[in-house]
Amino acid sequence: MSTATLHETTHHESHGDAHHEHHHQETFITKYVFSQDHKTIAKQFLVTGIIWAFIGGLFSVIFRLQLADPNAVYPWLEDLLGHWAKGGKLQPEFYYALVTMHGTILVFFVLTAGLSGTFANFLIPLQIGARDMASPMLNMLSYWFFFLASIIMLSSLFVQTGPASGGWTIYPPLSAIGDASSGSKIGMDLWLVGMAMFIVSSLLGGLNYITTILNMRTKGMSMTRMPLTIWALFFTAVLGVLSFPVLLSGAILLLFDRNLGTSFYLSDLIVAGKVLPNEGGSAILFQHLFWFLGHPEVYIILLPAMGMASEILSVNSRKPIFGYMAMVGSLFAITILAFLVWAHHMFVTGLNPFLGSIFVLLTLLIAVPSAIKVFNWLTTLWKGNIRFTPAMMFAIGFVSLFISGGLTGIFLGNSALDIHLHDTYFVIAHFHIVMGVASFFGMFAGVYHWYPKMFGRYLNNTLAYIHFWVTIIGAYMIFWPMHYEGLAGMPRRYYDFSSWESFKMFAGLNQFISFVALIVFATQILFIINFFYSIWKGRKVTQQNPWGANTLEWTTPIRPGHGNWPGELPEVHRWPYDYSKDGHDHIAQTEPIGADESKH
Amino acid sequence: METEVIKQKNKIHPLKFILWVAIGSIIMMFAGLTSAYIVKRNQAGWVSYDLPVAFWWSTAVILLSSFTVYLAKKAFVERAMKKYRQLMLVTMALGVLFMTLQYIGFNAFWKSGMTLQANVAYSFLYVIVGLHALHVLGGVIALIIMSLMAYSKKTRIYSTVPVDLMSTYWHFVDILWIYLLIFFVLIK
Repeated sequence: MSTATLHETTHHESHGDAHHEHHHQETFITKYVFSQDHKTIAKQFLVTGIIWAFIGGLFSVIFRLQLADPNAVYPWLEDLLGHWAKGGKLQPEFYYALVTMHGTILVFFVLTAGLSGTFANFLIPLQIGARDMASPMLNMLSYWFFFLASIIMLSSLFVQTGPASGGWTIYPPLSAIGDASSGSKIGMDLWLVGMAMFIVSSLLGGLNYITTILNMRTKGMSMTRMPLTIWALFFTAVLGVLSFPVLLSGAILLLFDRNLGTSFYLSDLIVAGKVLPNEGGSAILFQHLFWFLGHPEVYIILLPAMGMASEILSVNSRKPIFGYMAMVGSLFAITILAFLVWAHHMFVTGLNPFLGSIFVLLTLLIAVPSAIKVFNWLTTLWKGNIRFTPAMMFAIGFVSLFISGGLTGIFLGNSALDIHLHDTYFVIAHFHIVMGVASFFGMFAGVYHWYPKMFGRYLNNTLAYIHFWVTIIGAYMIFWPMHYEGLAGMPRRYYDFSSWESFKMFAGLNQFISFVALIVFATQILFIINFFYSIWKGRKVTQQNPWGANTLEWTTPIRPGHGNWPGELPEVHRWPYDYSKDGHDHIAQTEPIGADESKH
Repeated sequence: METEVIKQKNKIHPLKFILWVAIGSIIMMFAGLTSAYIVKRNQAGWVSYDLPVAFWWSTAVILLSSFTVYLAKKAFVERAMKKYRQLMLVTMALGVLFMTLQYIGFNAFWKSGMTLQANVAYSFLYVIVGLHALHVLGGVIALIIMSLMAYSKKTRIYSTVPVDLMSTYWHFVDILWIYLLIFFVLIK
C-alpha cells in the first residue's frame, strides 16, 4: 500500500491518476533509477535480462568446451577461472555448477523476468490504454526485488565453494545436505535466498499485471478487444501468481531441512560413511512441489512469446489474426492444463503407473490447444501480404521452433517412451527447442518490433538479419543432433562421456555441436552491440506508427512521457486486427465503426 | 482526466483487487503445504498428536479481533474517529495476544518432547502455523502504521481504501487460521 493513497483526500477512486508525476520535476534518480514509470521499469528488466543472458550463454559455451573434448587441456581456461580449471581442465564440480547456473539463469532470470518483466511492463498499459500500472510503487519494488535476487545469485558465483551445483531443479538430498557436494554449501543457501527474492519480485509483478488488465482498461477496451499479447501476458501472470507460492513453500521446507535439522525431504541417508539422523522424509515430495511450479513455469516462459508472435504475425501479414477467440481459448486451455501435468516429469520416480497414465492423457491433451495455435498462425500467414521485417522473421522462426520442439513433446509425454528417454540428450533437445530457443525467438521478435517505441530509434536491419539466420540455423544444428544422441541413450549432465565405450562414437558430433554453439553465442554479442549502439546512434523514428499497426501504443507520441498520452486517454471502438479491410490497409482501434462497415 | 475519474468509480479499486489476487496467491502457498501434509501423513513414521490447548484460546482471540476490526471500519465510515482509534488499538492488542498464545502453545508442545526435529508431523505443524503467524505479524505491523496515522494531527484521512484493505486482510488471516485449525483436527 503506498503512502500516496493514505494521504489522498478527494477523488480517491481515481487512484491510477494519483501517481502521475508529469507535473513534478524529475531528477536523474527518480527518472532512471527508482522510476515508477512502467516503460522505464520495462527497460530496466530488459537490460538486466540481457546481462544475465550473456552470463548464462557464456556458461553454456564453457561447459560445451568440456563436452566437445573431455580430455582436452586449455591452459588459458586456468587463467580465466583459477582453481575451477586447475591445469587447464574444467573441474567436475565446476562443470556441474555451470550447468546448474546456466539453467537457473536462463529459465528464471532471463526468460521469466527478462521476458515477462519487460513486455508485461511495457505493453500492458500501452496496449490497454492506461497511464501506468495499477500500483506503480509495487511495480518499482518488483524490479528492485529482481535486482536484489540478481545480486545474491551473482555473488554465489564468487564464493569459495562455488555456486549451487545440484541442477536447476535443486532436488534433495543434493540440495538439502551441505556435505553432499561443494555446491551444496553456501552456494545453495544463496541460491535459495536469491530465488525467494525472485519469487517476491514475480508475485508483485504478477499481481500488478492481472489487476491492471482487469481494472485499468480504457473506455471501449472490452476484454475481447484486447490484443493477443495482453491475453497471453494475463494468463502468464495468472500462472505465476498461482504456482510460484508453491515453489516458495517447497523452498521454505528445504531451508528448514538444510539449516534447522528437520526431515521433510530426508530419510535413511549415509554421507561419507556417516549415518544421518534424518528420518521419515521423502525426496519425492520435493519433486511434486517443485514441478507444480516447474511445469506452469514452462508456460510462463512460452505464453508471452506466443502472444507477441500472434501480434507480430498479424501486423506483418497485413491480415487479421485467424481465429481470435480460438487463440484466447487455447491460451486458457493451456493455462488450465499447465497445472495438471506436473507428474510427467516424474515417470521414473516410482510413480503409480495408473496415476502415470492419467498424467500421460492430460499431457497429450496439450497438443490440442497447441495445434490450434499453430494452425491459426499458419492460416494468418496464408495469402498474407508478408513484410519480412526482422521481428517478422523471428516470429516465423518461433512458429517453426514451436512445431519442431512440440512434436518431440508427444514422444516424451508418453510414459512408455519417457522411461527410455528420461535424462538423455533427447530431453535436452526437446525443451531447449520448444521452451528455450522458441521463447528467445519470441523475445527477439518483441525487441525488434517494439524497439522503436522503447527508444525512439530503429535497430540496424543488416545486423538483425545476420542475427536471425545464424541463430535459427545454428539452433537447429546444435539441438537436432542431440535427438539422435538421446535416442542412443547418451545421458544428460555427464561430465565425461568418453568414459563409456558406447558414447565414444559421438565424439565428432559433440565437437560439431560445441563449435556451432560458439558461433551462435558470438552472434548474440552482435545483437547486444546492435541493441546498445542503437539506443544512442540508431536511425531516428520519424513516423508515429512505423509498422502500420492498429494497437494503442502507436497512438502515443514517438517518445511518450510518464502518463503515455499527453491529453485524454484514447477511446477504443474496435478489435486490434482490422488489417486490409474494406479497402483500408489498417484501421486503428481508435477509429469509430463506420455506418456501412462490414463486421469482422 | 475528469472523465477517467467518473468512469473508474464503478470499478473495484485497483489496490483492493491487488489484495484479492495476493490472497489467492497466499492460499496457493498454504494449499501446497497442506497437500504435502496429506501426502506425508500416509507414509511410514508419521505420528498423530493433539494440538496445544493455547491454540484454541488463540482461535477465540482472532475471532474476536475480526469483530473489532469490523466495528473499527464501521466507526471510520461513520467518522466516529475516537471510537475508530480505540478499536484499532484493541484489534492490534488482540493480534499480539493471538501470537503470544500461539507461542505459549508451541512452548508447551516443544517441552513435552514434540520438538521441531523429533518427527516430520511436528515439523509441518511448526512451519505451517509459523508461516500463518508471520502473516498475522504483517497485519499487526500494518495496524500499527494505521493507528499512528490515525493519531497524527497533521494528516486527516477520508479515504476508506486503507481501512477496507486492512479489514479484508485481517478477516482473511482469521479465516485462514480457522481453515488450518479444522485441517489439523480433521487430518489426524
